[in-house]
Amino acid sequence: MKGFGRYMMFLGSMFVRRETFITYYHLTLEECIQIGIKSILLFMLVSTFMGAVTTLQTAANLVSPFVPKFVISQVVREMTVLELAPTIMAIIYAGKVGSSMSGGLGTMRITEQIDALEVMGINSASYLVLPKIVASLMMFPLLVIVAAVCSMIGGYLAGTLTEILTPTEYIYGIRYSFNEYFITFALIKSFVFAFLISSISSFRGYYTQGGALEVGISSTQAVTTSIIAVLLADYFLAYLLL
Amino acid sequence: MIKINRISKSFADKTILKDISGEFDKGKTNLIIGSSGTGKSVLLKCIVGLLQPDTGNVFYDLRNFTEADKDMKSEIRREIGMLFQGGALFDSKNVEDNVMFPLTILTKMSSEEKIERVNFCLQRVGLEGVNKKMPSEISGGMKKRVGIARAIVNNPNYLFCDEPNSGLDPQTSVVIDELIMEITHEFDITTIVVTHDMNSVMGIGEKIMFLNKGENMWEGTNHEIMNSGLQELDDFVFTNKVMKNLKSGTF
Repeated sequence: MKGFGRYMMFLGSMFVRRETFITYYHLTLEECIQIGIKSILLFMLVSTFMGAVTTLQTAANLVSPFVPKFVISQVVREMTVLELAPTIMAIIYAGKVGSSMSGGLGTMRITEQIDALEVMGINSASYLVLPKIVASLMMFPLLVIVAAVCSMIGGYLAGTLTEILTPTEYIYGIRYSFNEYFITFALIKSFVFAFLISSISSFRGYYTQGGALEVGISSTQAVTTSIIAVLLADYFLAYLLL
Repeated sequence: MIKINRISKSFADKTILKDISGEFDKGKTNLIIGSSGTGKSVLLKCIVGLLQPDTGNVFYDLRNFTEADKDMKSEIRREIGMLFQGGALFDSKNVEDNVMFPLTILTKMSSEEKIERVNFCLQRVGLEGVNKKMPSEISGGMKKRVGIARAIVNNPNYLFCDEPNSGLDPQTSVVIDELIMEITHEFDITTIVVTHDMNSVMGIGEKIMFLNKGENMWEGTNHEIMNSGLQELDDFVFTNKVMKNLKSGTF
């Protein structure tokens, strides 16, 4: 509870003694490039293979001749939109971006760069962390959308190239009985996950004490805590919104 | 002038600073010296506001910094320049951007004015032509100089240096010390240097505060330190054989 209280105070501290809007604008753009653009290739790669594997595994399990082939792509769609794109990508995001945020802030802490900001009269939490959180809120939902599209393309390629189903069957299944609310649900999840990962990772990094070893420990803790928070949030959001 | 009045600081059950008072004069290099673990850096952090003292007050030219509101603290902090032990340069910014950083954040100067000021400060610390280098591409001594340039770029009234010589060879240490002293005199600022380097003590110690076990044991100048008559200070100053022989006159 003490840690949670400290986390809440950390979040609150970002909104006092703020710098000018233009300062945050530039910092947020830099963070968007750093955490968004530089992650896109990994997200595309992982999600494409994820879609391909889901297609093959679903096809392997649907052996009944009474189940139409287009069900395979329908399953791929539902799994991708509801779970794989937001949640699995959130776990990858925590591993790649969360650990980088935590490590970066931890290194700044132990090399006194954060102290240097404070001595200059700058609110270091606000200056360093707020742009990371805002950039995450902007970029992660976009990455989830890209991942969902790539996953379905991966499924299409795997399904059609191995002749499990025809292109027409695959596209029919993707469009069949589509519920738009699931997209809204996935985007709500992605916003929540982005906030949790960026804020928890920053919190862990910001309060690092010690040396290089502790920076590594903070990064590991950031990833672990973020993933646990994402999984808990995933459960509660599904319970509340579906 | 900076005045500290009865500063105490503890961490958990351990008392680090005990009731420390003193004054640091304007236009002089004021040194806080003492062995490792005596609370020098903690005292410095209390003075600049990185740590809140348990008791006592810090006055910047009669302005009570410890009890000041946030606006007043921000105003005072904008008059402070600080050189950190490792330089504390921002890894993601090049030398020019590091030095320019306080101007970008704290002033409304135009780009041309900022570049002119940065070049002046880099020239002042003897660094020219390194504007575009990253901190990882320059030596430890150069990092310290860049740190000094960043500390003075916003024309501070108060300059703090936390162990400016740590990790430097003796020759570079002397250069950094002399630079700090020259800047202090040139810009008439109140400078506080935390060190345990005897070369610095003898070279630039215009006013010295000796801490031992968290207490202010002695104050004086570098001329007086050899004959302080205080056993703890003698133990600190005359640590090696050469210094002991110097003291006993058998050198």
